[in-house]
Amino acid sequence: MAQATASPITLTINGEPHTLTVDHRTTLLDVLRERLDLTGTKKGCDQGQCGACTVLVDGRRIVACLQLAVATEGRAVTTIEGLAEGDELHPVQQAFLDLDGFQCGYCTPGQICSALAVLDEHAAGWPSAATDDVRPEAGPPALTPEEIRERMSGNLCRCGAYVPIVQAVAKAAGQAAETTEESAA
Amino acid sequence: MREFSYERATDVSSAVALLETDPDARWLGGGTNLVDLMKTGVERPGRLVDVRELPLGRIESTDDGGLRIGATVTNSELAAHPEVRRRYPALAQAVLAGASGQLRNMATVGGNLLQRTRCAYFTDTSFPCNKREPGSGCPAATGEHRNHAILGASEHCVAVHPSDMGVALAAFDAVVAYESAAGGGELPLADFYLPVGDTPHLETALPPGALITAVTLPPAPVAAHSRYRKVRERASYAFAIGSAAAALDVADGVVREIRLAFGAVASRPWRASTAERVLRGQPAVGAAFAEAADAELAAAQVLDQNAYKVPLIRNLVVSLLTELAEETAR
Repeated sequence: MAQATASPITLTINGEPHTLTVDHRTTLLDVLRERLDLTGTKKGCDQGQCGACTVLVDGRRIVACLQLAVATEGRAVTTIEGLAEGDELHPVQQAFLDLDGFQCGYCTPGQICSALAVLDEHAAGWPSAATDDVRPEAGPPALTPEEIRERMSGNLCRCGAYVPIVQAVAKAAGQAAETTEESAA
Repeated sequence: MREFSYERATDVSSAVALLETDPDARWLGGGTNLVDLMKTGVERPGRLVDVRELPLGRIESTDDGGLRIGATVTNSELAAHPEVRRRYPALAQAVLAGASGQLRNMATVGGNLLQRTRCAYFTDTSFPCNKREPGSGCPAATGEHRNHAILGASEHCVAVHPSDMGVALAAFDAVVAYESAAGGGELPLADFYLPVGDTPHLETALPPGALITAVTLPPAPVAAHSRYRKVRERASYAFAIGSAAAALDVADGVVREIRLAFGAVASRPWRASTAERVLRGQPAVGAAFAEAADAELAAAQVLDQNAYKVPLIRNLVVSLLTELAEETAR
């Protein structure tokens, strides 16, 4: 008997469960865009080099173009469409708007999803290639512009809006830190 | 892309039994290299066995004071782990120097060791390539080869291994554990990659169908004082044109223990054993570091466009070891 080349999967996207049958060759990116009409996630290079297709899977950022959809069975996917609460933008989205962290906008959904993860990864104490001393005793690095640039380096912007992108991420990080302090107070 | 069947492995023994009977099958880890190569037709498996849900995702201390890293640990988890950062900081730095945050969240330790070269002739099926099509020729030897090997290559293939992680693992004597239908085994990283010779398509000493289950780091006190440095054509998110992992222990101004490995110079992470031997017992000064690097690089065979890698690696060794020596003296 020939082996199946398609399988049914169930995954959660922005809080909604979806069940569909996917050809095994289909990437998560193509499922989002072509099957579920969630076109906010963009196809740039389609080979894992540009970051335009960045989404969160179980809270971690990945590139959806190299993620086979069949391997996302049971996972929770968050896309750019899932960030705002009604008409209220996510603070990272608002920071990109406030600081003009984009020009044409094509890389922006990926930049914003990536930035969200950068804030989480930094809050969890993860070092980066820009961190001088990675030993845990050195403590978590401050989220300097250099750290933000390194941590966001998987997201290319061909318009070159990098300066305001870094400013937007820094602003969102500052707000997140204030919120944490308030809730701790 | 060729159609393929897909299975999610849940235990190691049934997973290796699947691959034993099907030479057309491949393991799927993070897929960051394999899926990309399947899109371009370099890889054409008929079956994928997904290993991500196997119970191989832990990092544990071993009884002798080393670390055992499960094969499906992601690059991100490895680089963030406190014991890796404390006991083998160059390993955390090497992992963080590779790829992007997104790719590190997907990529696994086992997959990192098995990733393929990024030689542009290998990844483009319109060209001949001895690694992809044995006997078809090597356009890189006379074509674009500015990022190709200076050590251990042959006329049949001059491609470099792209891993950063592997360079630190080589410096710290990592051992690769595997399971196969014929039984389990261990391979020191030094023996894991095969010499290029006239068989560049045969890359590792793993038995057919074997599954990497873990990478073990033996205890190495010197590794706590280690560093990885990578040179590339842009500041981030690019493959190395040369890199080095180094660990150094200095007592009374003399090199007591040294670990040194290079990246982007050979078909494998390159342990600089000759340089280490030359340097042990010598004064921890720049001239001695340079002499040790020269001893290692004496075997270099350069091509028209990659001769720059010899002084690049030499300077990298001197600067890295000088920094480590100064920190020790403090």
